[in-house]
Amino acid sequence: MGTTRLKIRVDPERCQGHNRCHSIAPELFVIDDYGNSRAQGDGSVSPALEEKARLAVKNCPEHAVRLLREDEEGGSR
Amino acid sequence: MSARRPVADWATDWDHTDPAWIENPFPIWDDLRKRCPIAHSERFEDGAHFPSRYADVREIAYDTEHFSSRRVIVREKKFHPIMPSPPITSDPPEHRPARMPLLPAFNPKAVEKLTPGTRAICNRLIDGFLAKGACDAATDYAQHIPTRVIAHMLGVDEEHGERFRRWIKMALEEGIHDNDKVMQSLKEMTLYFKEQLEKRGTKPGEDLISFMRDQRIEGQPLPPDKLIGTLRLLLIAGIDTTWSAIGASLWHLATHAEDRRRLADDPSLMDTAVEELLRAYAPVTMAREVVKEVKVNGCPMKPGSMVLLSFPAANRDPEMFPNAERVQIDRKENRHAAFGLGIHRCVGSNLARMELRVALEEWLKRIPEFELQPPARVTWSEGTVRGPRQLPVVFPS
Repeated sequence: MGTTRLKIRVDPERCQGHNRCHSIAPELFVIDDYGNSRAQGDGSVSPALEEKARLAVKNCPEHAVRLLREDEEGGSR
Repeated sequence: MSARRPVADWATDWDHTDPAWIENPFPIWDDLRKRCPIAHSERFEDGAHFPSRYADVREIAYDTEHFSSRRVIVREKKFHPIMPSPPITSDPPEHRPARMPLLPAFNPKAVEKLTPGTRAICNRLIDGFLAKGACDAATDYAQHIPTRVIAHMLGVDEEHGERFRRWIKMALEEGIHDNDKVMQSLKEMTLYFKEQLEKRGTKPGEDLISFMRDQRIEGQPLPPDKLIGTLRLLLIAGIDTTWSAIGASLWHLATHAEDRRRLADDPSLMDTAVEELLRAYAPVTMAREVVKEVKVNGCPMKPGSMVLLSFPAANRDPEMFPNAERVQIDRKENRHAAFGLGIHRCVGSNLARMELRVALEEWLKRIPEFELQPPARVTWSEGTVRGPRQLPVVFPS
């Protein structure tokens, strides 16, 4: 395992429940009863889902979804 | 409609009810974005601003300190008293508690349950005109889909749809110039929901009216005026908007044969096509009232003045969307703002998307080839919600 594994993060303060991320990558996001999104599990993105994860980031109208390299996660919650 | 004075200059005298804007607003917005990104008009009481850039629309949508949602429609004369339709007319801190109870009824799981019924509605409508080889895609098809879906959700007779559309037209179109129409529409809707609530009494029910009646905010039921305000909002917000999105999308496909064939041949494009059609033909324009002096992009705004918050114009900003003027049904990166930005994101966005998608899928399965009926007489609604109101099309029967 290298250190370049990607992780998806949803900023709960920014998410307004557009659900774009979930419709693009249902494998990576969980939607709660109120329609807000959070990362599935620990947010790990398998290489096969990297492209979908990038699209989820680029389609969020609120800029709430971020893709981080695991080694840069450090202090971000 | 009252006869309107022709617009002298869109930068200083804009009018979103002018025939040129109604017919084709895009060149007007493109021009303003280049030479006067925040236009002004004194045609509306206390003056009104029109930002046409995505960045400015976004900034205003996020700024609930200077911009209030207590008025969400730009009218010739301000409407008094302010009639609350929470949560769309709510500002923080009242907004969140008013919005939360509604959300579960419109989450993806709840909407998924409505999908088979929506497919059936679409197919029954198509059964009605397929053999004729012609129909009005706006009034024979698009219009009925959200009306029937919302009637089903509210637990009311879908035959009441005509009344609903009349109220909406009075509130959102005729009401821009005539406040008596707004009042009449509000009164009739209020009476309607009072009757519906009385009919239900305290009987438990699955429908949205019973659901909202049973909601508790901090242990308290919604006060009657707020409950009815929210029910009015559910009715108003869910019909013309989605009708317009479906109609405008069918108009696009009727007038762009290449996109129509591509989408009919390759349904895997539907995900991006739906988002792109929502971007390019976003039906809903909201408004804000300035409540504290503020500058946006250098433009000073005074308390009392209104802002026409055009998500459709934001969606056409080339600074945000490459080739913004072109509809690209395979556009992969599309942060469009058709459902708004910030805390007022359309509560029904999942429902609207489902209805639009299903309406296009079922139509294209059965009517892959269609075009405008010559001589095409397409008319568009005016004001707050934009979509075709007459859309005669022909197809091989």
